[in-house]
Amino acid sequence: MKIAVCIKRVPEMDVTFKIAPTGKAVDETGLKWDMSDFDGYAVEAALQLTEKAGTGEVHVISLGPDVVQETLRKALSMGVAKAVQLKCDTVPFDAYAIGTALAAELKDGGYDLIMFGKMSIDGANGVTQFVVAELLGLPLVHACSKLEIADGKGSARREIEGGGELVSFALPAIVSIDEGIARPRYPSLKGIMAAKRKPLEVRPAQLGEVRLTIETMELPPPRAAGRIIGEGAAAVPELVALLQNEAKVL
Amino acid sequence: MDDSQYFNEQHLQVRDMVRAFARDEVAPVAAHFDAISEFPWANIAKMAELGLLGVPWSEELGGAGLDLTSYMIVIHELAKVDASHGLTVSAHTTLGTSPIVYFGTPEQQQRYVPLLASGRVMGGFGLTEESAGSDAGGTQTTAVRNGDHYLLNGTKRFITHGGVGEIFVVTAVTDRDKGTRGGISAFILTKQNDDLARAAEHNIGHADELTPMPGFTSGRKEDKLGWRASDTRELIFQDVRVPVENRLGVEGEGFANFMRTLDAGRIGIAALSLGIAEGAFEEALKYSTVRRQFGQAISSFQGISFQLADMATEIEAGKHLVYHAAAMLQRGQNVTKAAAMAKLFCSEVAMRATIKAIQVHGGYGYTKEYPVERMMRDAKICEIGEGTSEIQRLVIARELLRDVTA
Repeated sequence: MKIAVCIKRVPEMDVTFKIAPTGKAVDETGLKWDMSDFDGYAVEAALQLTEKAGTGEVHVISLGPDVVQETLRKALSMGVAKAVQLKCDTVPFDAYAIGTALAAELKDGGYDLIMFGKMSIDGANGVTQFVVAELLGLPLVHACSKLEIADGKGSARREIEGGGELVSFALPAIVSIDEGIARPRYPSLKGIMAAKRKPLEVRPAQLGEVRLTIETMELPPPRAAGRIIGEGAAAVPELVALLQNEAKVL
Repeated sequence: MDDSQYFNEQHLQVRDMVRAFARDEVAPVAAHFDAISEFPWANIAKMAELGLLGVPWSEELGGAGLDLTSYMIVIHELAKVDASHGLTVSAHTTLGTSPIVYFGTPEQQQRYVPLLASGRVMGGFGLTEESAGSDAGGTQTTAVRNGDHYLLNGTKRFITHGGVGEIFVVTAVTDRDKGTRGGISAFILTKQNDDLARAAEHNIGHADELTPMPGFTSGRKEDKLGWRASDTRELIFQDVRVPVENRLGVEGEGFANFMRTLDAGRIGIAALSLGIAEGAFEEALKYSTVRRQFGQAISSFQGISFQLADMATEIEAGKHLVYHAAAMLQRGQNVTKAAAMAKLFCSEVAMRATIKAIQVHGGYGYTKEYPVERMMRDAKICEIGEGTSEIQRLVIARELLRDVTA
């Protein structure tokens, strides 16, 4: 079984973001970067599928400038066999442009399964996999929380309101991965050593037309300070009055 | 520090991995294992799996095959979150394993190093005794040659992994008259892990193929101020028959070999101290921007921000000492002075930084709600273990004066 996982390099989220002077992007000064969370689950799930099958290999693909090689190498050190960088100066916001480049790379790769995280944790559009599925004419199961492949067929579980649904599909196919499927492994020191000897291919990204761009970004307005009006039952009449007259929610 | 000064891309990958492991696996349990003073076997098993218990040893010997800078990064990053985890790596690797790698015969290496490097069993190193610490020449443990074996008698004190370990390198007097000049030898001893049941839950800590030596036992566990998740005990030898093939190196060269082991060990404790200092600094920095008094974050007061500035400056200097010494050791240079300087400076920085971190936290810092009080307790022993600060000054002074008076 041959699996491709499309991964994205994103900033770590536990910081206070600032907007760059252009007003159209996040200020990248001092940010730390890593593989997007859902993509990490997808890489882990892919590795587990091939380990369970005892055969096959996992490739990873990332689109962007040379810094994405760091993210690709992390996947290699987790146990992925080969990495491909689709090189471009900046990652466009338009998933159609990205999906076109990915589809061109994936089309003749002979992959049984193509995996994505269900969305990147920075852009959070969750659209790229749909574009690729459409361009390649493949079935797509979005946001899988469980995944099994057997006898050339796949089955996946999706979490839906109040329950789950099981979807079966023929291969080749595309799946996007939700949380809960597998916790990504830490790259072992042996994995880090081995990654140096694994192939990392670089090709120009054949981006599609960019039809969406970010015009402006703005931070949410600062929240006004709260007000303490009293304690216990004594404060209730005033609270109710304020909710009725000032907040107008009652 | 500009990372590229000492680190290549692989070092940064190692650092990222250990940071993530420390944040997700070590930080959540550090206070618990400190409180109950037990060895964290579940994490030891995970660390073994990741290769963290044999970082610098060759892949043929079951190690990860990385350099000494990578090894120091591992200790440093673990200690930022929990000194005990950092110490486990340092004591196991440098003290417990390196003498066998450096001075063992090929047979000894094949027999013991893969078990240690893979983390299947824990190792330790026995030098300190009741009347022999800084003065290794005061060693009372004796090894008397009797045909094809030696008979060992004596007691070692404050031995890291004394209870949980199965393979130990220990020193004993083979010729009282020669003392440290040819009278002390080193031996490889084996015993059974005293914490077998807990270790077995995680399928680690024991190897059936090792034969425990009758008469070799561990003594009581020390109840310590810090490093509480690390197991420190006596080692007791009562007529232990140690085959001659278990002597490490030439008879009488045990002391000289141990001195070389201590150089590397001191860089490890320096890296560990640096980790404690940096961990405390990061906590203080974070807290100072969140804690508000008089209507503003306390970091806006010079009294607080200057303390942060001092901590950061000393930590920066410590990084250069540690990673410079590690690079020298990797190149095979003499590091006696560089290692002692790194250890002296960083252990004292750890103490100063953790005390400042508590001060920045105010009353909260004195409680177990925040990790800085544990960090301060963990820092103190860094000025004592593997050579006290006084001994480091003595070593440095001796190296300086040798250059002038030679």
